[in-house]
Amino acid sequence: MTTLPDAEALYAELRQAVRHAIEALPAGSVHLVGILSGGAWLAERLHADLNLPDRPGALNISFYRDDFDRIGLHHQVRPSDIPFDVEGSHIILVDDVLYTGRTIRGAMNELFDYGRPASIQLAVLVDRGGRELPVAAALCAARIEIPANASIHLARDGDRFTIALESPADA
Amino acid sequence: MRNPQLNRNGELTHLLTLDGLPRDIVTHILDTAETFVPLAEREIKKVPLLRGKSVFNLFFENSTRTRTTFEIAAKRLSADVYNLNINASSASKGESLLDTISNLSAMQADLFVVRHSASGAPHLIAQHVAPHVHVVNAGDGWHAHPTQGLLDMYTIRHYKRDFTGLTVAVVGDVMHSRVARSDIHALTTLGVPEVRVIGPMTLLPGGLEHMGVKVFHDMREGLRGADVVIMLRLQNERMRGALLPSAQEYFKNYGLTQEKLALAKPDAIVMHPGPMNRGVEIESAVADGRQAVILNQVTFGIAVRMAVMSIVAGAGSA
Repeated sequence: MTTLPDAEALYAELRQAVRHAIEALPAGSVHLVGILSGGAWLAERLHADLNLPDRPGALNISFYRDDFDRIGLHHQVRPSDIPFDVEGSHIILVDDVLYTGRTIRGAMNELFDYGRPASIQLAVLVDRGGRELPVAAALCAARIEIPANASIHLARDGDRFTIALESPADA
Repeated sequence: MRNPQLNRNGELTHLLTLDGLPRDIVTHILDTAETFVPLAEREIKKVPLLRGKSVFNLFFENSTRTRTTFEIAAKRLSADVYNLNINASSASKGESLLDTISNLSAMQADLFVVRHSASGAPHLIAQHVAPHVHVVNAGDGWHAHPTQGLLDMYTIRHYKRDFTGLTVAVVGDVMHSRVARSDIHALTTLGVPEVRVIGPMTLLPGGLEHMGVKVFHDMREGLRGADVVIMLRLQNERMRGALLPSAQEYFKNYGLTQEKLALAKPDAIVMHPGPMNRGVEIESAVADGRQAVILNQVTFGIAVRMAVMSIVAGAGSA
């Protein structure tokens, strides 16, 4: 039985890592972009806690998924919203869980349709292993091996996060 | 009998008519369209959803605008698009509709967009294509024009947010209008409490009351308090038959003027599927006025057609 660390402790660690990453980049050129929904929640809170200007971007990658032929289009949360010029900017892409890497590939493809960023770094709360593509998170609060048949869910309650592990054994 | 538009899992696999289409599917299409709208502002306006797929625009009846917006929509989804003007080719050589479809299917078509002067032609095609091939009706006879109906619903939702308190008036030649039929089905499905139909006796079909609409022959009475006014095109050929005395007479009774529009709510929107006959069904001052959203309908039409094509193309072949 895998026990998960406290989501708030993980968030504090991620915030620290993202703060350092931003400090190392040219001032004013860095933008956060969260992948809907969990990554967007994290990006919104990081944006507020780190006193960044304007608002963070959000990506709905449904139109860039590589499994469209198998699963079709699902109900839409909300559209992508990139409120800054991607061309030449340093982007910190935020997601809750890094798994196969396919979502990140879709997100990068989508970002490039807005322009050519100067750089993209990946920030995630949990890296659960199981990569199928050469993708790595430079900023990561925890690496936890999770069995392939289980999944991790981030939930938001007010401005606090919780994470839960769902495995078939629980059902 | 199963709805011929849905596959065994209840997914939309063809779009043929809005009659009987479940509300959650209509809403899913409108929500998906909403996520496509911001693409128009991007540097690269395409998404890779239909990459490698072949979309055939089969127009057995002419239409520049509808064909073009379907073409733009398919190209923004990264599909390869082939436009066939069938009037000018095989049909005139005597090839049957289904032979034409079999031949195009042999060219690995994934999606057919069909406009035909015969009601039911897209249904017939949908029944004969392989399970992985999808059909979208782009207007058949007097029967249905579902993507126009959906883009009208998108436009109404964009300006009015909620359908459940609205009064919508559809004005003109309802008898010959597939747009009117699709609009009425969609408005009813989405819970619009008052759908009115306004027109002369000769241009309104029988049995409208059974579609849940109120019928008005006096335009002023019908426009009173309306939130949305949908004007229909008066096809010139109607004038040659015995249905109408003259264009001038029609304009006097059923043309939308600023004076008549003033009877609707002050924030009422004016819609028209195009092409417009200025001075016949609508006055220029209204068509170009602040309440007209006619050009916005055209823009939304691209996003709505992208949504329809990507949803049907993503349906499994179960």
